[in-house]
Amino acid sequence: MLCLEIAWRFVIARKRPMILSLLGIVFGVSFFVITQAQTSGFEQFFIRTILGTNGAIRISDQFQDPLGTVQKSGKDGKVKFIFHSREDALYQEGVHQPDLVRVALMDYPEISGVSEIIEGTGILHTGSRKKTVQINGIRWVDHLQASDLNGQIIQGTIDQFASDQMGALLGSRIFSRLNIKVGDRIMLQGGTGTIHLRVCGVFETGVSQIDKNRIYLHMGNARSFLGHSAGGSIFQVALNKPELAPELSQQLQNVLNHRAVSWQEREKVWLDVFKALRVSSGITVSCILLLSGLGIFNVFAISVIEKTRDIAILRSIGFSQTDVSAIFLWQGAIILVAGILLGSFFAGLGTYLISIIPLRIRGIFSTDSFVVNWDLSHYLLASCIALIFVSVATWIPARRASRIEPAKIIRETI
Amino acid sequence: MNQVNENSSHSGSLKVEDLYFSFSEHSSSAVDILKGVTLEAQRGEITSIAGPSGCGKSTLLYLMGLLERPGSGKILMDNMEVQNLSDRKRTIARNQLIGFVFQFHFLIKELTALENVRLPLLKNGTDRTIANQISSELLDDLGLKNKVHRPAYKLSGGEQQRVAIARSLVNSPNYLLADEPTGNLDTQNSQAVFELLLLMAQKLNIAVVLVTHNENLAQQSDQEFRMLDGEIFT
Repeated sequence: MLCLEIAWRFVIARKRPMILSLLGIVFGVSFFVITQAQTSGFEQFFIRTILGTNGAIRISDQFQDPLGTVQKSGKDGKVKFIFHSREDALYQEGVHQPDLVRVALMDYPEISGVSEIIEGTGILHTGSRKKTVQINGIRWVDHLQASDLNGQIIQGTIDQFASDQMGALLGSRIFSRLNIKVGDRIMLQGGTGTIHLRVCGVFETGVSQIDKNRIYLHMGNARSFLGHSAGGSIFQVALNKPELAPELSQQLQNVLNHRAVSWQEREKVWLDVFKALRVSSGITVSCILLLSGLGIFNVFAISVIEKTRDIAILRSIGFSQTDVSAIFLWQGAIILVAGILLGSFFAGLGTYLISIIPLRIRGIFSTDSFVVNWDLSHYLLASCIALIFVSVATWIPARRASRIEPAKIIRETI
Repeated sequence: MNQVNENSSHSGSLKVEDLYFSFSEHSSSAVDILKGVTLEAQRGEITSIAGPSGCGKSTLLYLMGLLERPGSGKILMDNMEVQNLSDRKRTIARNQLIGFVFQFHFLIKELTALENVRLPLLKNGTDRTIANQISSELLDDLGLKNKVHRPAYKLSGGEQQRVAIARSLVNSPNYLLADEPTGNLDTQNSQAVFELLLLMAQKLNIAVVLVTHNENLAQQSDQEFRMLDGEIFT
């Protein structure tokens, strides 16, 4: 504590350089957290949306060859070797025996919902306008268990859709483009012919690609329209812990003999983009901390030179090399702790202010304000980076201070 | 270190025997600073070492104060050899057995008089309240009662030197090593500081080793040595 007390007195005696060092840490920590909150905010928003819309795992086609056998024959027609692999295995479209697959899926405790979906395309007509759409035929009760569809409905209700056998739920961008109202009748062409539907609701996922292409119909209507009286469907699976999707999808693929794709694999491109953005911004902002670390190094290196006489005094009255080193390390620690605390405060404030800035985005995402992610790990990471830079910046001068020969300094002073 | 303290109660002197020291750091050929110096400073007395600049008297003092290591020879504190102690033990010895007073006071300017004085006490683990009490009393004894909480840099030269003396005495050392303590003071203050050292040597039974240019003060000490070119003469 004595070393800390002396360190504190040294720090407050050199206000200007210490405040500049402190500001470097404060800015570094706050900018780091704010940029991470933004980039990971959009990433989390995307993941939430994707999970709520397309589920954690999608089970689609059955493997045509259950063993994925590949055999190589020689010119003489004799088989040279055989091995089993899922690579290049052929598929049969859709889930085979969906009822059995559903029963099997529901046996997994990790699975919280399973929805069978029949997919296809059609052209939506309103009389004056038309739009090509992706049809998702669903059993609404099941689909609510495997998606956030209920929460995504922005006009109309799921009950309206449930009670109207010819009902349809339209993506918000389709709805805007066709310039219609909830309750209007629309016509769907393609497949086996034409069916007349009533708009029961509008959903908005926030992912533009979905909002401008997808419509939901009742399973029966979709099957009838697409000409799939049986089979041809896929399963959307929701998990209690979506992060476990890659392992579980692999397991399901082996057990069910159907192609099972996790959300991480399905959205790999976008997830990689977010990751690159996050790392890139992290590296960029870490440069502020690096620069402040260099500033601190400079301040402390000068401080050691200025304090050589004091170091000699302390050594002559019984302070060890470790004590002298500790005095300088404590000074760094004081700047670090104050910098992290103030930086975290301003980071929280800045993140909040950014989150309430009205910002209408209609691109890959649809959002009306900055999406931020309140994550303690950002604060911890920023603190760790600051700790590393400040530690190095103070350790070198502290080590130099501890090696000062007191007799030499006293002799030179006299 | 406790052993050193225990021994110190039986006999009382700081002794160097046949001490050699040379600088060889920055030159190819070593420069001999001390050439077989032998002297003994008794507890309760002032031993002065006088001599021209560069004769090696300060170096001798730093060797006696365990701030440097000799090339050869012995340093005996109350008959115990200390020249080969580990760095850790030398540090403890400087804290508990030795007090230093330097020409330029060497106070830490960010601290008050009291905070400067109590440093050695706090370093050896004395309770803060007790350390404050001992330090205040000592400053009071040295006529600095009203300057206890004044920052060191706001004290006059004489006051700073008295604070430095208080700091060197606060741990009740066995040996007080003073390197030109009056070198920066006027005649009146110099005499006052010398009398203070003499009083403390007798009152606290301390062996005071005084390095000085001041012939008058050297002559007033109990034992007087002269140094010339690294050799010592009585």
